[in-house]
Amino acid sequence: MADNDLKGEFLEIVRSAFERSEKLRIEGSGTKSFYGNPVVATPLDVSRHSGIVSYEPSELVITARAGTRLSEINARLAESRQMLGFEPPWFGGQATLGGTIACGLSGPRRPYAGSARDFVLGVSCISGKGEYLAFGGQVIKNVAGYDVSRLMVGALGALGVICEVSLKVLPQPEVETTRVLEFDKETARAQMVRICKLPLPLSGMSFWGGLLRIRLSGTENGVRAAEQTIGGETDETGVEYWHQLREHELNFFNRNQSLWRLSVPATAPVLGLGDDCLLDWGGALRWIYTDHAPQTVFQTAKKMGGHATMFRPDNGWPNGRFSALDEPSKGIHMRLKSAFDPKGILNPGILYAYV
Amino acid sequence: MESATQDVQIRDQLATELLSIVGADAVVTDNEALRPFECDGLTAYRELPLMVVLPASIAEVRKVLKTCSRLGIPVVTRGAGTGLSGGALPNPDGVLLSLTRMKRILSVDADAKTARVEPGVTNLAISEAVKHLGLYYAPDPSSQIACSIGGNVAENSGGVHCLKYGLTVHNILELKVVTVDGELLTVGSEALDSPGFDLLALMTGSEGMLGVVVEVLVKLLSIPPVAQVVMAAFDSVERAGEAVAAVIGGGILPAGLEMMDSYAISAVEDFVKAGYPVDAAAILLCELDGHAAEVEEQIARVETIFNSQGATGTWVAKDRATRDRFWSGRKAAFPAVGRISPDYYCIDGTIPRRQLGKVLVEISKLSNEFGLRVANVFHAGDGNLHPLILYDANNAGELELTEELGNRILELCVEVGGTVTGEHGVGVEKLRPMCLQFEDAVLEQFHQVKAALDPNSLLNPGKAVPTLARCAEFGAMHVHRGQLPHSDLERF
Ligand SMILES: Cc1cc2nc3c(=O)[nH]c(=O)nc-3n(C[C@H](O)[C@H](O)[C@H](O)COP(=O)(O)OP(=O)(O)OC[C@H]3O[C@@H](n4cnc5c(N)ncnc54)[C@H](O)[C@@H]3O)c2cc1C
Repeated sequence: MADNDLKGEFLEIVRSAFERSEKLRIEGSGTKSFYGNPVVATPLDVSRHSGIVSYEPSELVITARAGTRLSEINARLAESRQMLGFEPPWFGGQATLGGTIACGLSGPRRPYAGSARDFVLGVSCISGKGEYLAFGGQVIKNVAGYDVSRLMVGALGALGVICEVSLKVLPQPEVETTRVLEFDKETARAQMVRICKLPLPLSGMSFWGGLLRIRLSGTENGVRAAEQTIGGETDETGVEYWHQLREHELNFFNRNQSLWRLSVPATAPVLGLGDDCLLDWGGALRWIYTDHAPQTVFQTAKKMGGHATMFRPDNGWPNGRFSALDEPSKGIHMRLKSAFDPKGILNPGILYAYV
Repeated sequence: MESATQDVQIRDQLATELLSIVGADAVVTDNEALRPFECDGLTAYRELPLMVVLPASIAEVRKVLKTCSRLGIPVVTRGAGTGLSGGALPNPDGVLLSLTRMKRILSVDADAKTARVEPGVTNLAISEAVKHLGLYYAPDPSSQIACSIGGNVAENSGGVHCLKYGLTVHNILELKVVTVDGELLTVGSEALDSPGFDLLALMTGSEGMLGVVVEVLVKLLSIPPVAQVVMAAFDSVERAGEAVAAVIGGGILPAGLEMMDSYAISAVEDFVKAGYPVDAAAILLCELDGHAAEVEEQIARVETIFNSQGATGTWVAKDRATRDRFWSGRKAAFPAVGRISPDYYCIDGTIPRRQLGKVLVEISKLSNEFGLRVANVFHAGDGNLHPLILYDANNAGELELTEELGNRILELCVEVGGTVTGEHGVGVEKLRPMCLQFEDAVLEQFHQVKAALDPNSLLNPGKAVPTLARCAEFGAMHVHRGQLPHSDLERF
């Protein structure tokens, strides 16, 4: 993918859309177009705005344009034995950095290394008023001004067209290995909670199909010692498993049924939504297929201390995708939306009808 | 005259109403009793508030804010008052809301590795309360025995261990926040993410401008079984800087990586006898933690890297006592400098690490130009530089000169691609350098974020983000700096 700076072009598009109150649907390469409420509006393709702007391995910082493919970023980082710490899902080889940050999704490493927003240092974007705004910066510690960069993560483009992102990156672990142990679901969940309390170099814990998999990352000696503590056996297919989990390529995900994502405290017991469930993030992320009504799923997630997302609906999903906000949060969402996008032209309704 | 009477009336009404909310012993109006609240850790700025209110519960905070909102009274929240940018500087027409009475640890969940605490709990108290469970709260500002968790959230504070363990924003899960009109808002949750915008990130580091943090759910980490420190001496700061880059470029993520220059070293050595090599131009302290086997391996590698980068000596702390002694010097750096100078002024810029050599050379030039000594203490791992300017406030004009030097150093940080504040916040102190760092449109957007949460600007008004008018004034001063006024008129 060639280096391509199109921010001037985008600025004009957003400005004229602002003047004409024309709604825009911001698009990367479409790998995550299933995510969020559908938006009916004029497409704005940001996937051609691409290229790594700067990368200094010894600073642990990379800056790239929104349309840069994750594949390009990963390859570049790998040359210096570094990586994106939050292990973002791609859901297709063309996944872009902008889409990744707008969705704010993080992979299996998230509980141990941090989330997409944790690694964001700076975001430059175009607001709904057609202004180019650079928030944050390229240094790891920076508290000047409100943390709008991180506010953009997971906002699904509703606050601005993300043009450029600076991320903190991490060194690749020297050694990575996976242990596998057999358990039933409740025992596995309890085990994950127990293991998480031990000072171990954990980098993934997932349970599916009667097997608990634990990934360890660190130095040779550190990982070997942790293997002893954990027991079980080495999973020779570990590398593949974590990849397929991240990419939703495991058999579990291969179904024509709406997929729920529940983000809950790892300590919350499995609550009656049926047994069709895969656990990631040491039990804090639960992928579920269920025939229960959406309201029941949302309420159950809330009771468990978290929230639910209709992640990948089977066709014709008529309901909202995200857990409802309470009144005070709703008010703040509306006011923040209009602070960045007063005419509501950027991805209108993608999160909630009112933003 | 009329408005003065009105002021007195409002003040009396306010005092009466607040008294009925929090009780007589929790409202301070007497000038002498107000004195201790007149400044935070940035003592050059002082102001007396109308009154101080010390609520003891969320319900009381809500009522206080409702009352102040209704009467249009500004509110400045204060934690422990250790802030270094004047964030908790009182507003002369407003209420100072002190949260020191809200200092209970509400619950600890060892399984979930979380603690729910009131905002006035000190940073260190959290780690102490969970130590018996093998857990601790990772961010460790040097002020941790005194500063409050509410203040930490408001400043997004860091510490010597944040390269590996992150800042406050990375170590909290949920906040309860009272909005300016007294509503109770919950942001974040016990889960790892939440629906909607990331208000948890927005609130963190917002310097008391967007709401009052009244409860914090913090993440706890398992205490690493082993931590070790290696110290290295270098004969130039540039070399020390390159050694830092070599460690990080070499794939090692130390728990802490700190640098001090020769001036800081000798101040510290005189004070705490940490065993630092006083003839070095710079020292590095590098801490590694984790499993014993892992730490041993990495310490050896770091030592090798330091040696290959030209260290003139390296020392591995073999036991706990030596390690504590090495750190005691770093942690005492500010007070140590405080001993050798009547006053000192702590700057807080962050720079891309590769610019360190250049920036230190420039700082030393500026130091000569201004005739003020500067000692440098540096969170080298994450590029956060703390030049300490030594001055004497009793010498006429020296404070102003010091502030000017501070501004010049921050300009330099921005010039090389850094930021004007890494962890101490903007407060009232860095309004001017904020104008340098951000475009007008961004500053304007910040004001709109503020207005979305606090439309009448009653929370900490005038701080954290400069008005564009102020930036214009500063800009004017800028152009004239170093020149005679109206020098352009000489042509006539
Ligand atoms: C010797 C020394 C060493 C220091 N070392 C470090 C360091 O290593 N790292 C670092 O990051 N900082 C450091 N600091 C700065 C300071 O300790 C931190 O900024 C700290 O987080 C401030 O906490 P506090 O409770 O004292 O807050 P205060 O000073 O009382 O308030 C700071 C700001 O937060 C707001 N605020 C306070 N509580 C709340 C609340 N509950 N809700 C909303 N707003 C609130 C105030 O309005 C103000 O704007 C140091 C300070 C000193 C004096």
